[in-house]
Parts: sequence; structure tokens; C-alpha cells
Amino acid sequence: MSELLDLAEAVVAQAKPGEEIEVYVARGHDIDIRAYEGEVESLSSATSSGLGVRVLLAEDGGEGGRLGFAWAGSLDDDVVTATLAEARDNATYATVDPDVALARPDGVAPAELDLWDEDLAATPTDRKVALALDLEQRVRAADPRIRQVAEADYGDERVEAALASTSGIRAFTRRTAAYLSVSAIAGEGTDSQTGTGFSVGRGFAALDPARAADDSVTRAVRMLGATKAASGRCTVVFDPRVVSTLLAVLSMALSGEAVVKGRSFFAGRIGETVASPDVTLVDDPTDARSFTAAAFDGEGLACRRNVLVDGGVLRRFLYDTVSARRAGTVSTGSAVRGGFAGTPGAGCRALVLQPGQLDQARILGAVGEGLYVQSVTGVHTGVNAISGDLSVGAEGLMLRGGELTEPVREVTVASTLQRLLQSIVHIGSDLEWLPGVAAGQTLAVADMQLSGH
Amino acid sequence: MPDAPLVEPPVLERVLGAALARGGDLAEVFVEDRATSAALLDDQKIEELSSGRERGAGIRVVVGETTGFAHTADLSEQGLLAAAEAASAVAREGGGGVRRADLEERRPAPPLVEVLPGEVAKAAKLELLRRADEAARSAGNAISQVNAGYGDSRRRILVATSEGRLAEDDQVRTRFSVSCVASGDTGLQTGYDTVARTEGFELFERIDVEAVAANAARIALAKLSARPAPSGEVAVVLAGGSGGILFHEACGHGLEADHIVKDASVYVGRVGELVASPLVTLVDDGTVAGEWGAYRIDDEGRPAARNVLIEDGVLTDYMWDWLRARKEGRASSGNGRRQSYQHLPMVRMTNTYLLAGEEDPDELVAQTPSGVYVAKLGGGQVNTTTGDFVFGTTEAYLIENGRITEPLRDANLIGNGPEVLRRIDAVATDFDMTPGTCGKDGQAVPVGCGQATLRINGVTIGGTAA
Repeated sequence: MSELLDLAEAVVAQAKPGEEIEVYVARGHDIDIRAYEGEVESLSSATSSGLGVRVLLAEDGGEGGRLGFAWAGSLDDDVVTATLAEARDNATYATVDPDVALARPDGVAPAELDLWDEDLAATPTDRKVALALDLEQRVRAADPRIRQVAEADYGDERVEAALASTSGIRAFTRRTAAYLSVSAIAGEGTDSQTGTGFSVGRGFAALDPARAADDSVTRAVRMLGATKAASGRCTVVFDPRVVSTLLAVLSMALSGEAVVKGRSFFAGRIGETVASPDVTLVDDPTDARSFTAAAFDGEGLACRRNVLVDGGVLRRFLYDTVSARRAGTVSTGSAVRGGFAGTPGAGCRALVLQPGQLDQARILGAVGEGLYVQSVTGVHTGVNAISGDLSVGAEGLMLRGGELTEPVREVTVASTLQRLLQSIVHIGSDLEWLPGVAAGQTLAVADMQLSGH
Repeated sequence: MPDAPLVEPPVLERVLGAALARGGDLAEVFVEDRATSAALLDDQKIEELSSGRERGAGIRVVVGETTGFAHTADLSEQGLLAAAEAASAVAREGGGGVRRADLEERRPAPPLVEVLPGEVAKAAKLELLRRADEAARSAGNAISQVNAGYGDSRRRILVATSEGRLAEDDQVRTRFSVSCVASGDTGLQTGYDTVARTEGFELFERIDVEAVAANAARIALAKLSARPAPSGEVAVVLAGGSGGILFHEACGHGLEADHIVKDASVYVGRVGELVASPLVTLVDDGTVAGEWGAYRIDDEGRPAARNVLIEDGVLTDYMWDWLRARKEGRASSGNGRRQSYQHLPMVRMTNTYLLAGEEDPDELVAQTPSGVYVAKLGGGQVNTTTGDFVFGTTEAYLIENGRITEPLRDANLIGNGPEVLRRIDAVATDFDMTPGTCGKDGQAVPVGCGQATLRINGVTIGGTAA
């Protein structure tokens, strides 16, 4: 632990007068195993480490300054020295910006979170291999219509990170994660359909191969015989995984950085009703149940619970230090950074839509007629967090008389994010803690456009 | 004056020997040294100038159907030997014993550029961003935000295998992009354009950053008055260039041999069959100098090649890496690629394009009574097993009575690979290429896509207009 923090602090200590320095240092161990036809197809293991250095050159007598950044995938002494020099040089070229600043401790205490599974490192590789093989075998044995298991993977990682700065930040975090992921192919005649399943946890013991296998098999088999549906307007019921994906895109529009730069359709709408009254959206990385829980944000401030939408009313955006200064407010502890090669920006980390009263079966019954969507494609081009336009490829099952009936593929569902939020008719009680920045539950949205033939 | 090798051949030979000490069919050392620089202008400020450096080696040991892999940032002999031992853990037989690897003669490969971006003053790169910002903002008062990005990378790689192969490349890539937001009564709209080439800073002697910026601004402005895209099956004309994403998704991924050997592609067992309109001749070609997906050797040390995948509508071959080719007793097609030394190689596309046809592009539109004209695609996704794929528009217009009329809001189109390829009923002469980033199994690599203006006689578009 202290070794990474010591390294970060040693670099910070090299700050010259008129200069501020922030150093992020990370080290990770990971293993990935893929099983195929009862054998290990590949086994990868590695340790990697690196650092990211931000240098802020202060303006004489003024606020703000100029920021430069450099990163390297190594912690060797000569590399660390070169990275600091490069960040310093880069800073001299930046535009002087009165809002640029490093985070300063704000007195908020970090949550006490135990995100480290001690047993993970001690679990022998053989057991991890056995679990990947077991996962594949379960899928193959589950149903005679399973033709192939394209991917059956076990993976885990242990990540430690330290952050220190001349502005008084000093943070150390460590977390473990383990996952199982499987992709099944079901076939009948010339028809082939796919389904994925997974299980995630902090450690080896938390993984559930039976659930991952069942999920992939169910999803693949029920799509057999799928055809294109007719175009029309209908209520769409989204699977929890899809909801997690859509919330992740929506979260970009709740970033204070996007708002302050005019890249969010939510800009200027604080206090307005932006969603159905049932919608309460909270970003809470301090909830240990969230897979993405964290004590510190990407600038070393304590993560905290932020209520973004309350009863359909837009209440708050998420800020890091710089976007908060631009907006004339303070950081909400919401800086995120993509590892040592990335710089912090404002964003969601653990978004949760407050669960409703009904489980999936009851929602299907209440909706009666419509389309149940089990997976979507084309999200990165089809959902625009700036304009709100939304159009995604979808596969799922028609909902008739409250029951899931014939499978449907090669269709799209479309709306806008703005209209979708206003048209939510049921929020499931079946909250699932999924990997990624948002949890998910079943969600029913009225009046979406289905495009098929 | 050739650079020194990233790792000296005698060291590589000893590391390869150690990797096979417990047995195995093949050992490979992949060494990479990558330096990147990037600059970002946003909200009229140079927000970030960044530099990155990554250096390390990935070692692979193949034993039967099993691959062991380990990577390290430590390029000393000791570091490499430790990674070799970790990678060889999959070889449990203990047979084999120490084998010698005799590497072939070194062939240094200096970078094929006129101006190394690393030797260009940072101020010159930032000047490009300022020029773009000004050009975009002067395109119209409704342009409310501009983000301009510059990036370059130099990637030196070395591949050594126990078969004796020793190959090197020095790949330099340069990119420039502009994204704009326009605000109006209808809300916000976005426009994006990019230029990306496997070449050096000389790129900017030929391309005009103001034109890239003006194009991004024009797209955002046009969409302010856009109506919702239609819903349902329509005739679609794809403009030359970014329309190549269609082939990348509709069949490119499905022709990657790793999907083929696992029966996870709609194209399994169909070589020799008609899988597309006879107008379709599709090529994947890593040798097209300067294109975003070009290289001299792939990340397994095999020379890049021009591979014809579909000829006059008939499927001729798949794309292969070393591992999948070995399974079929054939040679790699030079399509083994990886994101970095921290990743295992797999079958990837390079520059994938449709050969031009004979129609006049304007005539092609004129002969389309009604439909949608897609001027620019943003990306796509495919399920190779079912063949169902989507591709998203970022600039599209209605076609009414053979004329391009009103702009449309963004939407995804959806279709099934072989079915959509059969419905291509006209291909024009105006061939163009476009750069992109292809993601597969968590790894991103640069690729090119290309085609001339073409028409699909019926594909589903997913707008909101009933």
C-alpha cells in the first residue's frame, strides 16, 4: 500500500515554486482464462503498472493556470522522471484558464468500504481454470439445442491505486473483482441464436456459474425461430441489463462538465420535471453493494451520495473540481478517470434508479401488450446524450396478454431520451447490481417506435 | 541508419528457448514500444496536451489447442524470462526440454514517413486546433460548442518466434477530428468529421483542417432543421466513404476465421457460394499505403496482404491469423492483430473495401424514387452468429422523387448480413475510404473502410416517424 503512495508523494515533493503537481499511480494483477470444448483455450496472466502526472503552472497573482499531462506504463525511476518532465513541458502550451485547479480536501470523510477480497490472490490458478471449464460444461449440458459455446471466460483482477498532490490530496484505494462470462449458441435447423450470461463479484467465492450458464442458455434458446416484427408504436419492456446500458448513456447528460460546456439536453433545466414522477435517480458510490463502489473519486475527494433526479424533478449535476468552478459551484466528488493514462472528468460512477413495487412478471402482466427487449445493439452510435436522439437494434419477445410469446429479431426501437424519461410507466423491484456505471432493473416505457417490416 | 532492435536477437533466442522448456508447439515474443501525443481544444481553450509512453513484451506459448500468455513492462532479459516462465505454465507435460530458437537475419524497418510527429513542435500541433475551432465557429452563429482533437502515435514492434521468424515494423499514425454542437429551437444537434492516416505530420500539407471543421459544423447545422427519420423498410443510398462500415459489419466480422472455426458465423461453410449481389467484390487489404488500417507486418510478424473475400458476389475466403490458419493447415492471411503487447492476437480486419462499380453517383440517386440518402455513417455492431447488424447514421436525408431533400435526425439501420448484401442493386464510381476504430473482445485497433456510393433495395431504418 504505502509503496505506491510513497512513490506518488516522492514525485509531488519535486514541485517547484509556482507549480502544483498531482500524481496518480496504479498497479494491477489480472488473470483471464477461456475454456473451449473442455480444454483451456487461453490462459493469460500479468502484472501492469503505471502513472499519470498532472502539472499545473500557476498564474502570477491570479486564479487558475495551465495544465499539462503525461502518463507511462511503467514505474521505473527513469520513466517517472521523464513523465514529470513531459507533463511540465505540456503545461507550458495550455491556454491559461482561471477555472483550472487541482482538488483540495473538502472535509468530507471517505466511506468505509471493504472492496478487497483477501482470498482472491491465494486461490490457485487450477481452481480458476476448473471454474471456467465447469461454466462451459454447464452450458453445453443444459439443453440439446446448445450447439456451441463461443466464449466461456473466467477473469479476475486486483487493482491498487494511490493519488497525491501538492494541494493536500492523499488517497489510497484497492479493489478486487472476479467475473464469469459466457456466450451460448443455440441452434435448430439452419437457425442459430445467441445468449450471454455472466456473474460478477469481489472474489472467487461470489461467482455463480449455474446462474451465468442458465442465463445464457435461456436467452439463446428462447430466441430460436425469431423473425422480424411489423413496425408500429408500442410499450417496450426493457431487461435490467439493457436498462443499465441506457442509464450509462443518460449519465453522460448528467455530467456537470457536459452541462457547463453546452453538451447536455439537461442544461438549464434544474428544478424542472424531466421524468415521470416515479423516477428518482441517485449516484451513490458509497453503497458497497454497487459493483463500482469507491471511497475516493478520480481526484482523491470522498465519493458521496448525490440525488440527481427526485420524483421526476431534475435536482443536481455531477461535478469534478474544474467543471464545478466553471459552473460556480463545488465538486460533488464525482471525478472519474480511465486509469493512469486518463485525466479526470465529471461523471457517474454508481447510478441507481430507485426500484418500484413490481417484479418483472408483474410488470409484464400489467403492460399486457408490447415488446420485451432482452438485448440492444448500436448503442454507441444510436443513443446521443447531447441531442437525446435514441435508436437501437433490439431483440426480444412479443408480449401478448401479459405473457412472453414469439421471439423477435432485426428490429429497432426508437424515441428520444427526453421522451423516454417522461414515458416510464413501471420501474421494477428487481434491481440488479451490474458491472458498469449503472445498476439496472426491469423498466416499461410507453409509446416507443418499433421498426421492422 | 537502422535503429537498434527493441530486444537483441541473442536475448530473444534464449527467451524463446525458455518459453518452450516445458514443451509446446510455438513460442512467440512480441515487443512493443509506443509513444503517443494528443492535444485537445474544447470550449475555445487548449485544455489538455498529453504524452504517453508504453513499452513491454507479450509472450505466447502454444501447446496443442491451448495458449499460455503473459506480458511484462520489463524488457530486461530477466523480465522477459520471468514472463516466458509464466506463459509456459500451460505446458504441463514437462517434455520438450530446452529447445534452441535460431532467428533469421534482422531486417530493420524504418518508419515510412516524411515528418515524424514526435519531432514536430507542440505549438504547430496546437495551431491546427485553433484554426479548426475558428473555422467551425465561423460556419454559423448556431454553432455553440467545438471540440477539436489531434493525436499521433509511433508504434515500434518486433516479433520473434521459435520457428525462427524475426520481423519488425515502425508504424506512425496521425489523426485529427472535430466535433461540433449546434443549438436551435429544436434543441442540440451534433456533427463530427475526422481524418486519420498511417503517415506522419506531412498529412497536414495535404489536408485542410478548416475543411474538416467546416464539414463537422455543416452537419450539426443541417440537423437543427432535421425531421425524425422514417420507420420501416426503405431504399437506402449510402454515400461513398463511411458507407464502407456496412461491409465491416454485414460480413467483415463474420469472415474472421476465429468466428468461423467456432461455428459462430452466418458465413460458415459457404465458401464458393453466392452470398452477395454480383456487384459485390470485397477486399481486405493491409497494404494500402497510408490508410488507417495499413501496416507492413501484422502483430504476428506476417506480411500484410491484399485478400479478396467476396468476388462478384461469391465468397472466396475468410481472414486468418496464425492460430486459426494452423488449425486448417494453411497460411495466415496477415490478419493477426492486437491492441498492444498486453493482448493476445486475434483475427482482425485491416482496410476493408468494396471495389467501385460503374454507375454515376448522381444518376443513382436520381433513379431512386423515394428512400433515404445516408451521407455519413457513425459506426455499427454485428452479431456474427445470426448475421444481424446495425449501422448508425450521423448525416442523412430523405430522397423524394429522385432528389435529396430534407435532413433527418440520427437513427440506426438494421439488417441481416447476407440478405442486405444480396439487395445491393447499384454501385457507383466515386470510391472513397474512411478511418475508424474497430472493437472486438475488448481490443481496439485502427481500421479503414471504403466503398463507392451504392444502393440497398430495402433495409429497415429505425426512426421515430411512423
